[in-house]
Amino acid sequence: MNVNLVKEFMAIVGRELVFADEAERQAYSYDAAVLTPQVPALVVMPETHEQLGKTIKLAYENGLPITVRGAGSNLSGAVIPSSADTVVILTSRLNKIIEINEEDLYAVVEPGVITSVFAEAVSSRGLFYPPDPGSQTVSTLGGNVALNAGGLRGLKYGVTKDYLMGMEFFDYNGDLIKTGSRTVKCVTGYNLSGMMLGSEGTLGIFSQIILKLVPPPKASKALMAVYDDISDASETVAAIIAAHILPCTLEILDRKCLTYIEAHTRAGLPVEAAAILLIEVDGSHIQAVEEDACKVMELCKKCGSKDIRTAKDADEKNRLWEARRNALPALARARPTTVLEDATVPRSKVPAMVAAVNRIAQKYNLEIGTFGHAGDGNLHPTILCDRRNKEEFKRVEDAVDEIFDAALNLQGTLSGEHGIGMAKAKWMEKETNRATINFSKNLRLALDPKYLFNAGKKIL
Amino acid sequence: MNGKTKKRTSLPQLTKQLMAIDDRLAGCMHCGLCQAVCPVYGVTLKEADVSRGKIVLLENLAYELLKDADGVGEKLDRCLLCGSCRSNCPSGVDTVEIFLHARRLITDYRGLGKIKKTVFRFILPHPGLMSFFVAFSGRFQRFFRRKANKSMGTFEFPILRPFAGKRHFQPLATKSFSAEYGKINTSAGKSGIKVAFFPGCVPDKLFVRIAQASMKAFEKNGVGVFMPGSLVCCGIPNLVSGDYVSFKRLVKTNLGLLKKAEFDYLVSPCATCVSSIKENWFRYRDDFTDDERRQIEEIHGKAMDITAFLIDVLNVEFKTSGSETCKRRVTYHDSCHLKKTLGIYAQPRNILKNLSGLEFVEMPEADRCCGSGGSFTLTQHKLANQIGQRKRNCVVSINPDIVAAACPACMLQLMDMLSQNGDSVEVKHVVELYADSLGR
Repeated sequence: MNVNLVKEFMAIVGRELVFADEAERQAYSYDAAVLTPQVPALVVMPETHEQLGKTIKLAYENGLPITVRGAGSNLSGAVIPSSADTVVILTSRLNKIIEINEEDLYAVVEPGVITSVFAEAVSSRGLFYPPDPGSQTVSTLGGNVALNAGGLRGLKYGVTKDYLMGMEFFDYNGDLIKTGSRTVKCVTGYNLSGMMLGSEGTLGIFSQIILKLVPPPKASKALMAVYDDISDASETVAAIIAAHILPCTLEILDRKCLTYIEAHTRAGLPVEAAAILLIEVDGSHIQAVEEDACKVMELCKKCGSKDIRTAKDADEKNRLWEARRNALPALARARPTTVLEDATVPRSKVPAMVAAVNRIAQKYNLEIGTFGHAGDGNLHPTILCDRRNKEEFKRVEDAVDEIFDAALNLQGTLSGEHGIGMAKAKWMEKETNRATINFSKNLRLALDPKYLFNAGKKIL
Repeated sequence: MNGKTKKRTSLPQLTKQLMAIDDRLAGCMHCGLCQAVCPVYGVTLKEADVSRGKIVLLENLAYELLKDADGVGEKLDRCLLCGSCRSNCPSGVDTVEIFLHARRLITDYRGLGKIKKTVFRFILPHPGLMSFFVAFSGRFQRFFRRKANKSMGTFEFPILRPFAGKRHFQPLATKSFSAEYGKINTSAGKSGIKVAFFPGCVPDKLFVRIAQASMKAFEKNGVGVFMPGSLVCCGIPNLVSGDYVSFKRLVKTNLGLLKKAEFDYLVSPCATCVSSIKENWFRYRDDFTDDERRQIEEIHGKAMDITAFLIDVLNVEFKTSGSETCKRRVTYHDSCHLKKTLGIYAQPRNILKNLSGLEFVEMPEADRCCGSGGSFTLTQHKLANQIGQRKRNCVVSINPDIVAAACPACMLQLMDMLSQNGDSVEVKHVVELYADSLGR
């Protein structure tokens, strides 16, 4: 990049926070998705809102593509730079929790605040911020909003979108746009926060986010149900919801998954089972929670589970969840590369989707373990492979395409919570239609006339 | 010096050597969860400072996507090898092993700095020289030290600024532990156990009181002690700087000395020495002679941290004196080498909780790295300070009288950070507090 331009960026944020050397830039060429990396031209780390606005303006005026990056922990290639002349803007130093309001139940944060750091701060004030994506110990709230991150608590508590009250963001001119408010109700202007939510850095860059907080549950109860037939597990999910019980988590692990976890932990998991459900109910009254747990157990039994294990105390609960926590580590250790997919279907279609995944695994001769959020129909088929083996990786790519197809055929969606990014952009039209793509493109070009904000992501 | 005559490797050779560890690099799935625990990333928030970034850079070097090996070397230097990422890695990538190996390869390529070469290849292998330096500086220190923190009794040494910056130390010992005790060889007492005592450089030459407390703990429990007079450094500073040649030389010297007597356990009050002996000597055992390899394997099974030795082997009893009116608040800092490498965190707490006159309080982030990492404090002084500041803030947040640790390197850092901040918190080794409880 032109030396004078680099100096201009340095004039905004300081010499130390502009990274131009090759090794430093290469560390921003990837994210957690298994995709081809792209080294950016320059990386800038603003520390204040003012610096952020100026950085955007300078890059945009000079026609430089802009990719905004938080922790780089997303699984869809959403922050892999678009091209060799891209400027990566980091939000990691914009990491202040500006306000936690206990009276009005909201918080104001900068985009670089780490999800779990925020959740702990909120919890220490006796409140609760439920969205808990798998990468929460590193993921940023800005990234969570930009990808509308989910997590394990979706069924009862919803996902990031259910907690977004408002925000401030910079447009391509470096002008500050304000939308939403600290109130429960607000109908002022367009719902621009709704538009920015899940926009994956393609419309503007957040500088401040207002998030809703809720009172925490006072009691919870966890149990594990073992199934010989995965359809029985799915039937249980439907029966629980039909009985008007909303567990805070309702996770499924298939046989492949269990086998890998058991090999890794030797915790005595039922590896001969077709699937297990991990269910947790919570609420404000211990008695009500106990009653719900009892009902859930009955339903599990009625739907064909012969082995139900409950947790009596926190220790036992911890042990039950150990299996779920170890799902990814166990799968990840089996082979060098782990391709974590995110196809989501209406929850009644979970058995059909698991069957489709197993059929695809067989067809392409691949190892795929499936776990996920059964209550949300959000499955994570995890393909174990070695990206350095070109022949094998071609089979992986074909299998992924077919998994998308299967999900769409079951009236599902391409991505439940990982985002579209680069990985799934080409599939967007298949799930929607040409008109939807054109409409989205028009919106995008109106807000980013030079098509510089994270080009090649979300909408092609 | 024969170090000079060794030819450096070329870039194509380095690339090839890195390609040979490609399998290990490929194990990283780039999830980035290492960011949550990396002490360096915690300060800089730069991707090249966290393991995911470093592994990608090594891969890119191996695949010739990057030619700036010196640049990658500089990034690799910004790592404490604390192993926090390794214990948090979902894919189980052995980052410590990868980075140690990579440093060795890159040092072969870019050469070792003059200061490091002198220290590693000339001073560390000659304990007599070091002891002489200690005696000399110990005797004359009052001429060149300056009081730093009165209540903690620390000093600053302006003449050491080129090496140590403005760090605050405790007064230097006038005589090293080994110079005072010479060779030790006592037979097992009532415990029926005999240990080889490996004091470690810092307890031997700076915190002599730790070595003395260890001896008292052995003696009061009827443990026989064997210590050859001139044990040398365990080799960790050399290894982390990629100087494998001198590492191997130090290990060989120590093995020769340790061969001279039988012992049941090898015990050290230095967590870094124990992990180095148990992990690093063992890791490279195949590069030694058959006899030496067998000896390393045997020592691998016998090496123990002193707190684990007291609890797990001796099963020591604690005197309970019911009615102290004023208990002193003590907290504990988990050394990375102890908790993350050796899995020891319960034993030191067990001791502290059982000592009369002490009230144990857990500090926030007790197992977060303090930023010491041996020579890291010297080469990356500013980073070490920033990391240490976070640790210091956690310590003082619970307002303790004493902060205990079981690694002298961590203690140096804790003392420096607390002293720099004008705090008044005593820094003690767990074994010192234990020895204090034993009476005269």
